[in-house]
Amino acid sequence: MMDFTAFDLPGIDLSWCPGCGDIKILDSIKKALVELGLGPLDVVMVSGIGQAAKTPHYMKAHFFNGLHGRALPNATAIKAANPALEVIALGGDGDMYGEGGNHFTHTIRRNPGITNLVFNNMVYGLTKGQASPTSPIGFRTSVQVDGVHAQPFNPLAAALAQGATFVARAFAGNGDQTKEIIKRAVRHKGYALVDIFQPCVSFNSVNTYKWFMDNTYTLEGHDEDDFGKAMELALLQEGPFPLGVLYRKEGVPVFEETLAAYRKDDRPLFRREAPRKAVKELLASPAI
Amino acid sequence: MLFSSLENRRDVCCVLCGAAGLGIQTVEDMLAGIIADEGFCVFGSREYMSRVRGGNNSTELRIASEPVDALIDRIDILVALSQKVRRNIMERISADTVIFGDREELKGELEDLGASFVNIPLSSMAKETGGKIYSNSIAAGVLLGVLGLGTKGAEEFYRKRFAGKNDVVTRNIGAVTKGYELGLSIAGEGGVLQGRPRNSGRRKTILNGSDAVSLGAMAAGCNFVTAYPMSPATGVLSFFAKHAEKVGAVVEQVEDELAAMNMAVGAAYAGARPLVTTSGGGFALMAEGLSLAGVMETPVVVHLSQRPGPATGMATRTEQADLELALYSGHGEFPRALYAPGTMESAFRLAQEAFEIALKYQTPAIVLTDQYFMNAFYNLDADGLSWLDEPPPIPETAAEYRRYEDTPDGYSPFGVPGWGKGVVGADSHEHDEVGHVYEDFDLRTRMQDKRMRKLAGMTARALPPMLVGPESFSNLVVCWGSTIPIVREALQRLGRNDTALLAFEQVWPLAPSVGDLLRKATFTAVVEGNSTGQFAGLLRKTFGVAADRRVLKYNGLQFSVEEVADRLGEILPGKGGSR
Ligand SMILES: Cc1ncc(C[n+]2csc(CCOP(=O)(O)OP(=O)(O)O)c2C)c(N)n1
Repeated sequence: MMDFTAFDLPGIDLSWCPGCGDIKILDSIKKALVELGLGPLDVVMVSGIGQAAKTPHYMKAHFFNGLHGRALPNATAIKAANPALEVIALGGDGDMYGEGGNHFTHTIRRNPGITNLVFNNMVYGLTKGQASPTSPIGFRTSVQVDGVHAQPFNPLAAALAQGATFVARAFAGNGDQTKEIIKRAVRHKGYALVDIFQPCVSFNSVNTYKWFMDNTYTLEGHDEDDFGKAMELALLQEGPFPLGVLYRKEGVPVFEETLAAYRKDDRPLFRREAPRKAVKELLASPAI
Repeated sequence: MLFSSLENRRDVCCVLCGAAGLGIQTVEDMLAGIIADEGFCVFGSREYMSRVRGGNNSTELRIASEPVDALIDRIDILVALSQKVRRNIMERISADTVIFGDREELKGELEDLGASFVNIPLSSMAKETGGKIYSNSIAAGVLLGVLGLGTKGAEEFYRKRFAGKNDVVTRNIGAVTKGYELGLSIAGEGGVLQGRPRNSGRRKTILNGSDAVSLGAMAAGCNFVTAYPMSPATGVLSFFAKHAEKVGAVVEQVEDELAAMNMAVGAAYAGARPLVTTSGGGFALMAEGLSLAGVMETPVVVHLSQRPGPATGMATRTEQADLELALYSGHGEFPRALYAPGTMESAFRLAQEAFEIALKYQTPAIVLTDQYFMNAFYNLDADGLSWLDEPPPIPETAAEYRRYEDTPDGYSPFGVPGWGKGVVGADSHEHDEVGHVYEDFDLRTRMQDKRMRKLAGMTARALPPMLVGPESFSNLVVCWGSTIPIVREALQRLGRNDTALLAFEQVWPLAPSVGDLLRKATFTAVVEGNSTGQFAGLLRKTFGVAADRRVLKYNGLQFSVEEVADRLGEILPGKGGSR
């Protein structure tokens, strides 16, 4: 019998608004991990700053709640320091694609064995409603008073173009489907991106539950090996937007497995003693 | 006699200069190795322009029977490989300097300067050997001949360096031999080092600043290095990259300094011993991550190699102007330790010390070097290096583990995810003992007090500065970091019995005993490589003692022994005995 409460943290003071899509995503994450047979001591939840980034505080697991935009370098390093850990980096669209945009690109290039969940509500939630990199053109806010002028960032197409080995989209409102996609992302060897549509009930009156329901559909019979098709789907400018795994590729070298540090020693870094003999040898060899 | 001025000198100072790309560094590597193997002590220092080709670079080699570790201005023998010798070399040529150069190449440059000009037809000799690229080997041969060190070492060097390329080896050896014969005939039988005592041959290891910092970090078990390349800090990154497998370290060149620092903090959370290496511009970007390490209480060691700023400043030049950056960087308040080695031996030790303190107090430690120190080198006895105890293994966590347990010393039992029964949390916000965000004003005060309490322990075990010279001093000269050997030798030259040196290799927190020493002096002068006297200001702020004079330099070059001696000689009050 599976223990569906394994990741529950009692007595938490949830700071998300009633009806927030984050609540549903949290539930999908916890269920996915339980169904994968993982426990709180196997998983490190890594996040930055934002409403979405608070998730690790609302569940029982190791957690690293760092700085705005930096969850991916943190997560890559945690995985590289101890590849046995299941590392999940999560945050909002501002956090991952705005402040963390450069890390997003380069993390994909490295292909570490981490899962990247982006709660994409197309707005800055925590700072109360400014445009995010994924806000649609024309989106009006207290800062973008004339509406957004800039092209929205396309995370799926960007990830595919950069060679991401697992690219998926989910919708918070579809709890079970989101759970299944997260399970596949966690199981994937290498970097896995799941961009999760998430309605912000307080600051985004355009992209509501209804809007997402009307503008998405579930991929069926899609060939996940077909890069061209995946790119075509990712590049769609207008809905309906596909939900599911757009693309998946096996066999690409994974960051932590390419590191010289593990070539002769598979222990995690924290279990290693100082390489004193090696240092003495280096000191003795005339041309260092 | 051509080299008569050398007879009373304890060392011979050779300078090689020439255009970038001529292989001066290869000659320097080779000569240094041979000099050390022959039982002499050698000190080398390099200055170069921020260009890959063109521009004029120079390298100084001091050779002595006893250890030498400081930069001097005096040039006994100058070998000039190309014309447009820069002003900073011209100004150092004295009436005692013997200059070697190719008249054809130099087109009259340097001819009337110095004691004498010796023409070495480098270009024509190189042509005979097989091409212009061999002129550096000929110059090396000339120096070996003048010094009287034989050609065997050079032969071994080329065999190793160009293994498998037999004709390259043969041509280089031919070039060195040609130069050697010429050099020997100029210096007369035996060469200028003849008759000088040699050491027992224990000083076999040549280390530059970059190697010394890297090896010290390795000795402390550093196993995670991230960086974005920036002069003059990159040497540490490449040294680790080269030996990553041997020492079991994760080494990654990352997209920017934000990633470098944030990876280091992530790795430390997971139990690695991380080092980031950078210069001022990169460190500026690391400020947010440094602050993260502060609140998360993660041990991170930073190697900050200084160069002139602001901003991009002078990429290949030296300065000591990032003390305040290192001390105050990062928002909010948190404890940190700052080290500034003056010698290779202490760089090896202080890199370990930085890890020890960072690991114990779970807070950042910064090692401050500079361009001069990174590129300076000398030969030393590796058996004499000091090794600190190996850091203790990380214990397993208990089920009720609390990462930020409030303790009397301020530091909590360190646990890592994946090792034990506890959940390990870390947070950038103010947090409770478990690491969860929890806004409470009393908690905030308690946690801030806990973190800052660590500073008391770190202060209590801060390394006291070295006092060199008479205990009964009335004048105190203060310096820190890479200038230490230079100021020490300058004071030896001045030979005053009323003046002592107070040399700092830990520049924060400062040992409490410093205040008494400063107050004991009737006159203090602080020597440092910046334009505002940053360390003098820190001493004043910490101990309430203002320096009487500040001796500052900030043109991009390191102080020389002569310069410090002259400038101190002008300002030190009293007679103080022999001069
Ligand atoms: C360096 C830095 N800049 C700005 C902020 C302020 N800030 C906090 S969260 C956030 C954006 C949050 O938006 P998003 O990442 O989309 O997450 P959401 O709150 O919508 O879940 C910003 C700008 C910060 N914490 N750090």
